[in-house]
Amino acid sequence: MKIASRPKCLTKEHFSYCPGCTHGIGTRLVAEALDELGLIEETVGVLSVGCSVMLYKFIDCDFIQAPHGRASAVAVGVKRALPEATVFAYQGDGDLAAIGTAEIVHAAARGDKITIFFLNNAIYGMTGGQMAPTTVEGQATTTTPEGRDPALQGYPIRMTEMLSTLDGVAYAARVALNSPRNVRQAKRAVRRAFEVQQEGLGFAIVEMLSTCPTNWGVKPTAALELIDKQMLPTYPLGEFKVPEGMKKVVTC
Amino acid sequence: MEKVLMKGNEALAEGALAAGCRYFFGYPITPQNELPAYLAKRLPQAGGVFLQAESEIGAINMVLGAASTGQRVLTSSSGPGISLKQEGISYIAGSEVPCVIVNIMRGGPGLGGVQPSQADYFQATRGGGHGDYRTLVLAPASVQELYDLTALAFDLADKYRNPTMILGDGVLGQMMEPVVLKPSEEIERPIPGWAVRGKRGGKAKLITSLYLEPEALEEHNLKLARKYEKMQQEVRWEEYLTEDAELVLVAYGTMARVVKGAVRRAREKGLKVGLLRPITLYPFPSEALGKLAERARGFLCVEMSMGQMVDDVKLAVCGRAPVSFYGRAGGIFPTTAQLLAQMEKAMKH
Ligand SMILES: Cc1ncc(C[n+]2csc(CCOP(=O)(O)OP(=O)(O)O)c2C)c(N)n1
Ligand code: SF4
Repeated sequence: MKIASRPKCLTKEHFSYCPGCTHGIGTRLVAEALDELGLIEETVGVLSVGCSVMLYKFIDCDFIQAPHGRASAVAVGVKRALPEATVFAYQGDGDLAAIGTAEIVHAAARGDKITIFFLNNAIYGMTGGQMAPTTVEGQATTTTPEGRDPALQGYPIRMTEMLSTLDGVAYAARVALNSPRNVRQAKRAVRRAFEVQQEGLGFAIVEMLSTCPTNWGVKPTAALELIDKQMLPTYPLGEFKVPEGMKKVVTC
Repeated sequence: MEKVLMKGNEALAEGALAAGCRYFFGYPITPQNELPAYLAKRLPQAGGVFLQAESEIGAINMVLGAASTGQRVLTSSSGPGISLKQEGISYIAGSEVPCVIVNIMRGGPGLGGVQPSQADYFQATRGGGHGDYRTLVLAPASVQELYDLTALAFDLADKYRNPTMILGDGVLGQMMEPVVLKPSEEIERPIPGWAVRGKRGGKAKLITSLYLEPEALEEHNLKLARKYEKMQQEVRWEEYLTEDAELVLVAYGTMARVVKGAVRRAREKGLKVGLLRPITLYPFPSEALGKLAERARGFLCVEMSMGQMVDDVKLAVCGRAPVSFYGRAGGIFPTTAQLLAQMEKAMKH
């Protein structure tokens, strides 16, 4: 009996992510879903600027590399010119929730039929651990050495809940990549987000709570626990919007 | 050949349609609003897509996405919006994706004003965004040229896999003139091999401007530099009464029309003057100017700016003759009398 195997569309390249970083799980889930839904041949992915910028080396499909924060606008351009393609962008929280806020909000509001994977690790990974808009209260980063203080740096932003209020959004979910159970749920949400695009129902986003052991300054196992302890109180899991007639696939 | 009376902005739009462009992404700004309004009507009729983006940043990145699929894509704006587009233009140039960008210039800096201007010459011809890159820059001076050069802009963009900019001003866009339109036939343009449209049985493709290895990035820059060198062959210009001219005026776009009128008047008065009008600003007609510098006694560059193209004229003339400058701003055109006075002054030197 085959229990697990490497997704066909995942290349033999070694991940460039740090050891124990759950970006690797997010990447794998996207690859698995593309395989299972048979979409890989017609897919165009958009690379954001962040630790996932090397994604094109790992998933064997067409890619465009976007400027920092603009991945969703690039994805919109592709989808409008090539409606028959499956178009997705894979963005970090700095990319999507800070510099790319306008692009994501308006892609969502227009109901552009693209799929967004939003990796929220509450920090800027690639640039070495600065505060992100998603950094939680009290979290220390290189630019909030004393911990994020809402009086000075404001509050963390819940993008997926915000986006789910927009009529153009067909599917909006938050999952976590820190336990087998959560990963199984994440997998279903990732598939659903592609199915929603295939059906032409509108904009779909899956936020994945992810670790950054390197910049959080903890071991990978401790980082998994920190998602439960530090992130879940600010970022509850669940599906905030599901198209009519579709069942929920994430149980909290 | 059919001749119709058309507004400049409409001619540009029809030129794009005739060239097979079916995708437009933009954000409103004066003085180019008539162009998107016209395309908002015409593109859906032609089976294309018109999308008003959330900003010029959004628009130019949609251009990057749509043009990466191998389609002909247009965006248009004016100074402040073109500044916002620069990040995207740099990525588009770095990724070697063809597209056409229209800048209907207005006066700056900052919010400036909405009157015609030529103050974005540096921005257009030097790249404008970060990194070593160039955009092809075309400067139409009539409604007919708005139509013809738009088609050329798409052809050049495709030929060099490079963004092409059309640099115009509000007067040109609003002006009505007769235009000869090409017979409307569906142009068959194959989708280029580099386009990303899903692998569809082939190998995965990547459109990128990222080269993390120093050697690879240098090789990429050298490749781009060779391309820009090759683009020099696309230089285009018009000369008017330059054969025996002692003073050669240099002007482009709407300003060249005003100057041409003044040159005609000067000739009536017996002044030996002529005009060189660059049609491409990048590449710049340096060689043509250099040739004229062998016998002309002086040059006078006239711009709707405080002096930008004049730098390129000086580089081309290379000290062989004096180069003087006359510039106006704020949307104010010089009168013929003022230009005559400038010519007389330049000829006295
Ligand atoms: C315009 C611009 N500003 C800043 C940067 C530098 N930069 C690169 S990645 C990054 C943030 C990445 O963080 P995130 O999106 O959270 O992704 P992660 O690396 O954590 O996966 C920044 C600020 C850039 N490349 N471009
Ligand atoms: S820096 Fe952080 S987010 Fe980036 S790969 Fe390393 S652990 Fe992952």
